[in-house]
Amino acid sequence: MSDSLPADSVGLVTPSHLHIDTPLALDCGRVLPQFDLIYETYGTLNEDKSNAVLICHALSGDHHAAGFHSLEERKPGWWDTAIGPGKAIDTNHFFVVCPNNLGGCKGSSGPNTVNPQTGKLYGPDFPIVTVADWVKSQAILADSLGIDKWAAVVGGSLGGMQALHWAITLPERVGHALVIAAAPKLSAQNIAFNEVARTAIKSDPEFHEGRYQEFNTVPRQGLGLARMLGHITYLSDEAMGEKFGRELRSGKIQYGYDVEFQIESYLRYQSSSFVERFDANTYLLMTKALDYFDPAKEFNDDLNEAVKAIQAKSLIISFTSDWRFSPLRSLEIVDALLSAGKSVCYAEIEATQGHDAFLMPIPRYIEIFASYMQQVAKEVNG
Amino acid sequence: MALRVDLQIISDWIPDNAHVLDLGCGNGALLKHLQQRHITGYGLEIDNSKFSECIQSGVNVIQADLDAGLSQFADQSFDFVILSQTLQAVKRPDFLLREIMRVGKQGIIGFPNFGHWQCRFQLGMRGKMPVSKNLPNAWFDTPNIHLCTLKDFEKLCGQYGFSVVNRSVVNHEHKDTLGIRLLPNLFGQIAVYLIHNGTP
Repeated sequence: MSDSLPADSVGLVTPSHLHIDTPLALDCGRVLPQFDLIYETYGTLNEDKSNAVLICHALSGDHHAAGFHSLEERKPGWWDTAIGPGKAIDTNHFFVVCPNNLGGCKGSSGPNTVNPQTGKLYGPDFPIVTVADWVKSQAILADSLGIDKWAAVVGGSLGGMQALHWAITLPERVGHALVIAAAPKLSAQNIAFNEVARTAIKSDPEFHEGRYQEFNTVPRQGLGLARMLGHITYLSDEAMGEKFGRELRSGKIQYGYDVEFQIESYLRYQSSSFVERFDANTYLLMTKALDYFDPAKEFNDDLNEAVKAIQAKSLIISFTSDWRFSPLRSLEIVDALLSAGKSVCYAEIEATQGHDAFLMPIPRYIEIFASYMQQVAKEVNG
Repeated sequence: MALRVDLQIISDWIPDNAHVLDLGCGNGALLKHLQQRHITGYGLEIDNSKFSECIQSGVNVIQADLDAGLSQFADQSFDFVILSQTLQAVKRPDFLLREIMRVGKQGIIGFPNFGHWQCRFQLGMRGKMPVSKNLPNAWFDTPNIHLCTLKDFEKLCGQYGFSVVNRSVVNHEHKDTLGIRLLPNLFGQIAVYLIHNGTP
């Protein structure tokens, strides 16, 4: 980062911290007697507290959605393409809140934080949390900020699932739900990919049943492998072809097992940098939260029934080359909302980038996203 | 902004508080107009720029291809299903018409009349495919692939047991003339039908 920040950046940001002493009962039956949430905010909360937007992060995301922590930081927050002054989620109009989810590894209570009851790291003993648990904890955060109702709850992928869950379970607290590149539940294939990722982590000899930190080690191989697999599912064949093709690193075939093709080098780089910034237990936990997500389950597996309580207006967006959560999966949500007579818009964006497209500044995507949020801004700011 | 005249005709036929589906809703002008009268519903649109205009005007719009049918909608789930100036551009107008009357209690269908005397003259006397204000494209690049006359349309409705409740036929200035009243299939350029399942 240079000494000047881009004009459309939220600029330098400092995370905030919330400690909650009220016990939180979790879906798994266990109770968190106390917990901490780390979160960031951008923009200004208006007087009647009606312009707040909640950003829900995906599997490997965190609370740092936009701006920079320091002038030295090389990359801005993970959704800086969509959040900032004049951007789709315009911080001139909205007060944006993004927490790190429970079970995460970036400062909210999770496997790599200290269990206040034992004084030791939670590690694998941190309870498995679900999307519903996250929504509950995010509602507690909203209460602490005095926000009765979000102007919008926005998320992509696993974040989109949280937005959908918010709209279903706390209908009076959501003005708009933006559910991007998501699905109403995982398919068997999605769960299968997650299981391979978990197996990679758990079979690493350095995993030590999740107590690797007590052994001063990290299951690098396993977590890296999980990330490689994940990464393949986030990209499309087309995107990989465009970016790497069959290009060789040294220009000719070596007839060996070292890195030869550029794609191999890219995957190794992605996995090694991920291992530096992410926790293996959190990865296990996040994939479980994905697997368990199924808001229709409580309604006899009828999604049409599940969405009946929704009061929010929704924007559902999918991407043509996304094969992790394909447009058909988004259409399941759209069809349920239509059958329930709910207010909904749906856009399918032509994109070659696969599932990752939701993080990219694709012009048509951003245009629709921004136009929709402008309508939301008009509603709340008059 | 004043509503296009054929859309005004359609709007006049829809009572307050109705639930509607507008197929090929364009920039959403009709739905936006209907919102003022507490008429709810959805627009379906495939064109990217028109779709964006719908979002900007705050109407519910679903990106969808009409040729794929309306399977996402339940039987009789709308008071009115509207198809304005689009029937002639779909792959199977007969299939879409049946879908409209499956999901809607009533259908409102507007289309350019291919039986207009200018069309007849261009084809019959000059031996050329008609080109007009309403049908401006050449035969090879026109999106209008299934043109019909008032008689053709009414016959198709009859075949499926749909009855015509109301009909408005106008010229390209959206005006009604004596000629149109006497010989609509010869002088009318744009027709809008209100149709119903079974006898009215």
